[in-house]
Amino acid sequence: MLLIHCPHCGPRAQAEFVFERPLESIIQIDEALPDLIPKLYSRVNPKGPSWELWRHTYGCQSWLKLHRDTHNHTIHAVLEIGQTPEGGDA
Amino acid sequence: MSQTLRQTKGGRIDRSRTIRFQFDGKTHKGFEGDTLASALLADGVKLFGRSFKYHRPRGVMAAGIEEPSALVGAGTAGRYEANTRATDLFIYPGLKAVSQNRWPSLGLDLLSGISLISPFIPAGFYYKTFFGPPKLWMVYEHFIRMAAGLGKAPKVADKDGYEHRAAFCDVLVVGSGPAGLAAALAASASGAKVILAEQDRELGGSLLTDAATIDGQASDEWIAAATTSLLAKGGRILTRTTAAGFYDHGLLNLIERVTEPGQAPGADGLAQRLWRVRAGQVILATGALERPRLFAGNDLPGVMLSGAVRTYLNRYGVRTGQKVVLTTDNDDAYRTALALAEAGAQIVAILDSRAASAAGNSLSLRRAQTRLPVHFGAKLIAAKGSAKGVKSAKALIDGQITNLVCDLIAVSGGFSPVVHLHMQAGGTLSWNETTGAFSPDISRQNQTTAGAASGADGLGQTLTSGWEAGLAAAKALGLKGSSVKTPPACAEADDQVCRSLADWLPAPQTNLKKAFVDYQNDVTAADLDLAWREGYRSVEHMKRYTTLGMATDQGKTSNLVGLARLALAEGRPVPSVGLTTFRPPYTPVTLGVLAGEHTGAHLSPRRRPVLYQVHAAQKPIWQPVGYWHRPRAYPQGREDLHQSAHRESLAVRTKVGVTDVSTLGKFDVVGPDAAAFLELVCATTVGKLAVGRGRYTLMLREDGMVMDDGTVWRVAENRFFLTSSTGGADRMSAHLSYVRKVLAPQLKVTVANVQEHWAAAAIAGPLAKAVVENLMGEGAAPRHMSLGFGPLAGIPTMILAASYSGERAFEIYAPSHQIGPVWDAIVEQARGLGGCLYGLEALEILRIEKGHIVVGGEIDGRATADDLGLGKMLRPSGGFVGATALGRPAMSDPQRLQLIGLEAISGTIPEGSMLITAKGAVPCGHVTAAGMNVVQGGSIALGFLQGGRARLGDVLTATSPTRKQAAQVKVVAPVFYDLAGDQYRD
Ligand SMILES: [Zn+2]
Repeated sequence: MLLIHCPHCGPRAQAEFVFERPLESIIQIDEALPDLIPKLYSRVNPKGPSWELWRHTYGCQSWLKLHRDTHNHTIHAVLEIGQTPEGGDA
Repeated sequence: MSQTLRQTKGGRIDRSRTIRFQFDGKTHKGFEGDTLASALLADGVKLFGRSFKYHRPRGVMAAGIEEPSALVGAGTAGRYEANTRATDLFIYPGLKAVSQNRWPSLGLDLLSGISLISPFIPAGFYYKTFFGPPKLWMVYEHFIRMAAGLGKAPKVADKDGYEHRAAFCDVLVVGSGPAGLAAALAASASGAKVILAEQDRELGGSLLTDAATIDGQASDEWIAAATTSLLAKGGRILTRTTAAGFYDHGLLNLIERVTEPGQAPGADGLAQRLWRVRAGQVILATGALERPRLFAGNDLPGVMLSGAVRTYLNRYGVRTGQKVVLTTDNDDAYRTALALAEAGAQIVAILDSRAASAAGNSLSLRRAQTRLPVHFGAKLIAAKGSAKGVKSAKALIDGQITNLVCDLIAVSGGFSPVVHLHMQAGGTLSWNETTGAFSPDISRQNQTTAGAASGADGLGQTLTSGWEAGLAAAKALGLKGSSVKTPPACAEADDQVCRSLADWLPAPQTNLKKAFVDYQNDVTAADLDLAWREGYRSVEHMKRYTTLGMATDQGKTSNLVGLARLALAEGRPVPSVGLTTFRPPYTPVTLGVLAGEHTGAHLSPRRRPVLYQVHAAQKPIWQPVGYWHRPRAYPQGREDLHQSAHRESLAVRTKVGVTDVSTLGKFDVVGPDAAAFLELVCATTVGKLAVGRGRYTLMLREDGMVMDDGTVWRVAENRFFLTSSTGGADRMSAHLSYVRKVLAPQLKVTVANVQEHWAAAAIAGPLAKAVVENLMGEGAAPRHMSLGFGPLAGIPTMILAASYSGERAFEIYAPSHQIGPVWDAIVEQARGLGGCLYGLEALEILRIEKGHIVVGGEIDGRATADDLGLGKMLRPSGGFVGATALGRPAMSDPQRLQLIGLEAISGTIPEGSMLITAKGAVPCGHVTAAGMNVVQGGSIALGFLQGGRARLGDVLTATSPTRKQAAQVKVVAPVFYDLAGDQYRD
């Protein structure tokens, strides 16, 4: 079980969080149909660093952006949604 | 027979405390400190069980958790624990243990005849049988099921307590042998908060078998001093606690046996405890396990691991043989030989597979050479004997086949470091060709390995590696250096070195069909060879085909022997063959401790509506809805569910009914952008809603399917009240949050989940308006789909005029803590007008008749608004969640399943039935909800039919093959009552 450092609550067990989706699979309201299909049905499953949307559902309920390495579970960054990482892109 | 093999003194048992217990119904005596295995061995018991596949007689092979053969059931009724190791079960008064896998009794196992047909049960037998004629499998299956299988699961619930605890520490040390203790002392002396977990009931590990002098003290004193020191510095020591799993980010599961298997717990009722420990650094000092060797009959009772023989002698005071043959590839077995000789046993021969020139020169070896028959370059070909034990051994000595009379064969095939946790944590291994051992290489987590688990050889190395690991862990945590500067030192370090020289080749004369690799699953060397010849080259395939290492011991003693056999066949080095995955748990874990407190009523929360007690007084039939418990029906007198529900629904149709709708999802949506926000979530028009008015609405998923339905009310210009289904309320709450925070963070709107802030009563029926106006005054009842406010029973309430039943209806909302008097007044008034309470079952009947859809019924995640006949409600301009996906061509396929109504022509439409055409019986749809016409009677249903809206008038069959029920049905529009909707209005 991962240990996720919520920016509001500190280090908390993964059981308190819910994984939502890779950030790149967020579907905007006005998403065009050709862009929608891969986001809905053929999502990438990267091996390595990935930006992901999580929610601290059983904690502060905030939406978080995690930069997680799916290969070894290293979590490089946890940011509030809307926050941008220093020097990075998300 | 009573403790005949027990030494008169020595060992860690307390001879002044006799413990009586039963094995297979016979009473035995042992001493405090005995395991079941040591106590029975002391009593001369050799036969402990029958093997899994061939029912071969098996005894005890090991002295610890790695035991593959001596599995027993312990305890009775709900406390019965199957497949537990006799070597890992400390006896207690009243213990009742039974052997397994024999019929009718251990001594007389009629199924042992199976071993006669063993040539017909080769490797991959099950797979091969699958490819044979199916009828043959039927024959085999019956036979195999009766014969094979380990212990039986208990049939009675376990009433004992199991608890989960979380803990945090700087350094977790697993294993309390010399390495673990040294590591814990070093970390602790550096200021680290330490947890030390030991699976045994005493600290000490190998020191419990081989006493030594450490830092000038006897090892017992050193262990006691270490314990005192650790506790004094705030450390936690957990004995009888196994680290079963190593997970991500330094999380380990420790299983603490508070009681022994089958033992009644103390006053706290607790049998086992699961610790979830999050550790900053982990030091694995898990030791090494001795490996058996390949020779025919290596599974007979009386063939034991050399280290185990020494443990039984030194720790438990049991001399397991009188005439002993040892076979080894290392110096450690010489210590066993010397200890046995000192205890009066005759050492018949020590067969050392190493050449004299390659053997070690430990003190033990040199001592043995002077007084015992040592043969270098010698191997064992076969052990001979019966269920009563070994009688002789056939050995290859100086190229000659020699028969040796013996009653015990002590075996050492080298040592495998216990790397399981290291591997679970994602680590890698390195191979030592000389010792034939994998030891930890790279760690992927904040974890190191120390002692024999890291490949250290001898007590000196072990103590030093533990100490260094402890210091390194403390340093990695940024702690100050240790107050103690030097590692614990031992005398006679050289005596403890074993210098294994791995030798995987059995003597050429060996009958490999009787040379067992995996004792628990009965896999022989011949089986592995056969699998290889049949093309199973990958170790993972080999494992599954032969079942090597797949038993409850997960191949602790067998895996490497099997790997080496495969490597030999391949002509490749062992590491290139690969390893199977190390998966938790390290040793078997009871389901009870995994469940912990989460059983029965504690499995999931039970949510009680605020009026729960009020309903309970009516003795309703309850129904779980998600986590909620709601009344399903309020039977009167001797009514059953259906009679009650029919009476209740008839009351709604003809007079008035009252039901509790407090559990609905409810949200306050407030702000200048509230309407804009709701138009993202709701697929219907919201912005044009006038203040004081409401609408039925649909919320879609991103893939265009309907997610939920509800009503949306404009309470004020910038304030809306949104309701959604009870079961989907939590999902809706998350969805609203997602849209608000992720998709539309720019909107000025606040969304509050007020599900439990409001409680509500729904009043429905031709007299519903009269109920409201009698209570709240003339003109207080809003018209259909409008809202109003007013006091009721002195409580401020909100009235929403919405109908689910199809009748004129009102939902009266009051703050949850004030709903009591409101509910009472409404119910009293309704009863006065001839009405009654109605539950979920009546609600279901009424909504089916009216063709109203429900989440989990028609809203099943596969239906679009158009499929549900609600396509016209959607906002044509789009701009809501799910709008884009509706453009997919598949969404407008005319052959999609569409909502239709069904009327029975004959019979009663079965619940959950499928729709098939009368001709050709082609499946074309299904029934989602079956009900009845409340007033006229007759069986009706809602369902989905391919291209259904164009098939009104068709005659189909609704059939439920599992219930063997069917009805002829006519396809009609999905509404059976008040088609014009006149009943809603005044
Ligand atoms: Zn948080």
